[in-house]
Amino acid sequence: MFFNPEIETMDRAQLRELQSERLVKIVKYTYDNVEFYRKRMDEAGVKPGDIKSIDDISKLPFMQKKDLRDYYPYGTFAAPLKDIVRFHASSGTTGKPIVAGYTRNDLANWAEGVARCLTAYGATKEDILQVSYGYGLFTGGLGAHDGGQLLGATVLPMSSGNTAKQIMLMKDLGSTGLCCTPSYALFLAESIAEDPNTDIDKDLKLKFGAFGAEPWTENMRKELETKLHIKAYDIYGLTEVSGPGVGGECEYQDGTHLWEDMFFPEIIDPVTLQPVEPGQQGELVFTTLLKEGMPVIRYRTRDLTHLIYEKCRCGRTMVRMGRILGRSDDMMIIRGVNVFPSTIESCILEIPEFNGQYFVTVDRVRNVDTFDIDVELRPEYYTDNMEKMLALKARLTMRLVSVLGIKPVIHIVEPNTIARSQGKAKHVLDKRSLDK
Amino acid sequence: MIIDQLSIFLNNAVGRVTEVTTTLGKAGVNLKAFTLSESSDFGILRLITDDNQKAAQVLRDNHFAVNLTKVVYFELGDTPGALSECVQKVSDAGISIEYMYAFSTGNAASVVVRTEDIERCNALIEV
Repeated sequence: MFFNPEIETMDRAQLRELQSERLVKIVKYTYDNVEFYRKRMDEAGVKPGDIKSIDDISKLPFMQKKDLRDYYPYGTFAAPLKDIVRFHASSGTTGKPIVAGYTRNDLANWAEGVARCLTAYGATKEDILQVSYGYGLFTGGLGAHDGGQLLGATVLPMSSGNTAKQIMLMKDLGSTGLCCTPSYALFLAESIAEDPNTDIDKDLKLKFGAFGAEPWTENMRKELETKLHIKAYDIYGLTEVSGPGVGGECEYQDGTHLWEDMFFPEIIDPVTLQPVEPGQQGELVFTTLLKEGMPVIRYRTRDLTHLIYEKCRCGRTMVRMGRILGRSDDMMIIRGVNVFPSTIESCILEIPEFNGQYFVTVDRVRNVDTFDIDVELRPEYYTDNMEKMLALKARLTMRLVSVLGIKPVIHIVEPNTIARSQGKAKHVLDKRSLDK
Repeated sequence: MIIDQLSIFLNNAVGRVTEVTTTLGKAGVNLKAFTLSESSDFGILRLITDDNQKAAQVLRDNHFAVNLTKVVYFELGDTPGALSECVQKVSDAGISIEYMYAFSTGNAASVVVRTEDIERCNALIEV
């Protein structure tokens, strides 16, 4: 089922025409209305007239989070405040937040993006949607809310927290869909399991979950589906571009469809800033093709992923995005090779003998980069056999050589050797940068 | 005879062996035999105690990676050629030795040997 079948299944050649038409318009619109874009394009020697089709997008300069901070609060707004009907803001853990302004059309398009996702999850107007994302400056709550209403589903605006009440109303009102972060969903699942008065099959009617706003893994999906007896779907978005509903998965759970009639995605090499071959991994870049309030042109998300252009089994022609593999900010250049911690991590996770904890140390000794990785052994896999231990070490080394193209020195360490951090895990120590 | 041996995976770090012996000492476990092998960045500590099950539990509780391995233990007269005679039987049977350690006190020597086919190795030696 499709919310907007004409767009979602549009022939790709036709889609490119639509994207071209919209890009030409948005470039002229931002150039005429925003000093920031005018300045950047002038510096790059590009005029709006140079942009004739979507293929010309690579002529345009990039922008990044720092630009939105530097021009805080209104510097990148393209519409006058009288046309802005709502603000949202990113959490902004360091300094000022990113503030986004939306016109009435922006809110309508955003809601459509969410409604397309919900429909792809199988939701209809018969569904009761429990929105347990936070309501407020965060785009999650109101984004899911507006999308649910546009679809015609019944929205239960719970916001986050108050878990006992969440479970009570989920039971009493018969919520069929849950929208929240995957980590809160896990917490809810555990609370339901511990609640003696709630039987997940007898008392709850949950069918699906729309989870996003933080990266999550296939393992987490399995856990959520098993614990909550639902289908768990990804919903993707970011405040700078719009909010949740920039894209979402379909029933095949084989990549996140991006609504590229509104949000044009590119993948670039974060070092050379050149577009990569279709299907290759790189940094995700967005251009909003319809935004009026705060458009972005070639906004570097720092998210690393790849795009799949083949038509999906669901019938949608809209491009699919693979899992987010990490952040381009984390990239290291070791012996001239680009290395992402996320690549190292996925190689380690392929080998069950390791528990997934790792720590990379990079240094420079006599002008040569050293590259050492500590990996923790899972105690239940320990055998009293030196040869097997050394073979295990060789196996990981060879795997990393074939993936990265350079050879790390692997150190197998005891479980619980690598320091655990409370917040964001720290996986790399680059001693070269300490000497500068 | 076939006995249990504790095998502990250790980081190559100063004081790590002491932490094992201290942990076992506090738990009242007595050490009978002890050997340490190392690669460039980790070590394997093998030991036999008067209560291997308890020792394994205490070490696991303290987050050590521990494995209980079957080994063949036997005693010999402390005379020239005695060990050679035993080892010959094992190698004649085509069984390869992974590692062994031995010590002699007074008139007797104690030997611990780890091989692929523990049962057969034990049978050969006990003849």
